[in-house]
Amino acid sequence: MEAFKEHVGFVVPLDRINVDTDQIIPKQFLKRIERTGFGEFLFNDWRYLENGDPNPEFVLNLPRYANASILIAGANFGCGSSREHAPWALQQYGFKAILAPSFADIFRNNCYKNGILPIALPADVITSLGEEAHDTEGYQLMVDLEAQSVICPDGTAHTFEIGDFEKYCLLNGLDEIGWTLQYEADIAAFENR
Amino acid sequence: MYEKIWETHLVRASANEVPILYIDTHLVHEVTSPQAFEGLRLNNRKVRRPDLTFATMDHNVPTTDRSLPITDLIAAKQMETLAENCAEFDIPLYDIDSPEQGIVHVIGPELGITLPGKTIVCGDSHTSTHGALGALAFGIGTSEIEHVLATQCLLQQKSETFEIRIDGKLPYGVTAKDIILSIIGHIGIDGGNGAVVEYTGSAIRALSIEERMTVCNMSIEAGARAGMIAPDDATYEYIAGKRFAPKGEEFDAAVENWKHLPTDEGATYDRTLQLDAADIAPQVTWGTNPGMVTDVTGRVPDPADMATTDEKTATEHALAYMDLQPGTPITDIPVDRVFIGSCTNSRISDLRAAAEVAKGRKVAENISAMVVPGSQAVKRQAEAEGLDEVFREAGFEWREAGCSMCLGMNPDTLSPGQRCASTSNRNFEGRQGKGGRTHLVSPQMAAATAVTGRFVDIRKF
Repeated sequence: MEAFKEHVGFVVPLDRINVDTDQIIPKQFLKRIERTGFGEFLFNDWRYLENGDPNPEFVLNLPRYANASILIAGANFGCGSSREHAPWALQQYGFKAILAPSFADIFRNNCYKNGILPIALPADVITSLGEEAHDTEGYQLMVDLEAQSVICPDGTAHTFEIGDFEKYCLLNGLDEIGWTLQYEADIAAFENR
Repeated sequence: MYEKIWETHLVRASANEVPILYIDTHLVHEVTSPQAFEGLRLNNRKVRRPDLTFATMDHNVPTTDRSLPITDLIAAKQMETLAENCAEFDIPLYDIDSPEQGIVHVIGPELGITLPGKTIVCGDSHTSTHGALGALAFGIGTSEIEHVLATQCLLQQKSETFEIRIDGKLPYGVTAKDIILSIIGHIGIDGGNGAVVEYTGSAIRALSIEERMTVCNMSIEAGARAGMIAPDDATYEYIAGKRFAPKGEEFDAAVENWKHLPTDEGATYDRTLQLDAADIAPQVTWGTNPGMVTDVTGRVPDPADMATTDEKTATEHALAYMDLQPGTPITDIPVDRVFIGSCTNSRISDLRAAAEVAKGRKVAENISAMVVPGSQAVKRQAEAEGLDEVFREAGFEWREAGCSMCLGMNPDTLSPGQRCASTSNRNFEGRQGKGGRTHLVSPQMAAATAVTGRFVDIRKF
């Protein structure tokens, strides 16, 4: 897995609560047997019109957000289906971090496994960051995982929570299966109980 | 109960580390597994316990004549890949031609693979279904599938415990589906985030095992990690004689063990909610997530009445997508399609309930209605009871087993703008087909809606 230490990037606000994984990557794209090629279908049904042209009203299609790598969204982001294709699509589109008041459990787990950092911040902070991103063209944020901090252009820092182990895995790009397999003897002992 | 199962499955729990939890059963299907098997190959790893792993094909499979070739070549490739992976890694597979084939959450309990006290995972969020038998069962992503294949373990943080207690007697016409939709309406689709829900109370106890599956199935729609119900005599009776269940003395010994699983009297939960079964009415969703739900006697809400700006915006989006006006009585909403099926409501008791409503009646003109059994075994049983004839005579299509129009990965989809009364679990935008509009209901309500062409209060039907 790709390590995540710190990231500075442009921010795009998606002003919706309860964004489900069916919206992040609709089911017709789940038939692939590869792990790649999902980025172009991210938010497909919102992002493209019936004729396949980009929907000019959808926020990701606005030219000013073209290079965004940090997504700000409403509460309970990633609810619904367990499809890991959702974080794959977000990552392959170019997102490194997602900021929201809260995340659905399975989605958050899936993000950690793919080097994407889901950052939960209080709702009022998310709202004000979203407004900044909306009002200021080229708005950027810095995410420092070691310091567990989101740093605004004016130097304001918002700290966030993350489990010690998830943080360690992301900082080091750890192969979790390899980590578990070092305790093979414990697993075998459990099985022989 | 959650804590008991958790404790007995800990392989390793060390300070500052994520606990390693042992997985008793790993269910695999075609859609979320190919990249996991590929990961094993790339790292030259094996499947640690193929004997604890079971695979089937459900999400992609066509529900039309199985003797015809599959027209969706990408879907066919995904099924072929599962077959190759199962052969390479020695995993038992119930493929599309198998008499045991079916929706993974239907065949698990049906075959006696799902048992009380087990840890069960699958790359599908509706794995919570299996909690109905007192198992700890939850959905995982593809990286975690690879992890379980390679190690038979998962790195898991412990969840909070959440008791949802429902006492009292369910009124006539109110089903398990209405219980869970009503719960989600109460706590919201993120109300269970971070928690494992245990459903308790006399109304839950009175449910059959299949009805309990419907309740646990949709735990994820409230955001819960898992849903579970303590095993009791009904559970043991359900399990007895199932193919992979313990037999004879082993079964008796297992039951003795299972009797220790229920939560101890006086134990406390991190969160609690109490509802009275008598207050629950048949439910119909009006919006684009399962929490956007009301009584069949209710009306489409007005965004202006919402408590927060976020909810107001979400309601406006939902009503625009659903093409509904605030204040419209639910029973004034006409539908184009009816779907009876999915891991929520495709078991034999669901089909019996729907058939009882459909019997001697006709599907309304211009309505296309289909029934998709959850498994080949359910299909055979229904046919033995003549339910297929009841449905056909009423004008329903009778299909082969699979996930079908619950998520529309196979050819069973809604066209843009079509409105559907569905017994499935998700009414997200585009879930059943791009531009399709889904209303979630019980099997009885779906059958009655097919007959009248619009939503109808089953209690007065």
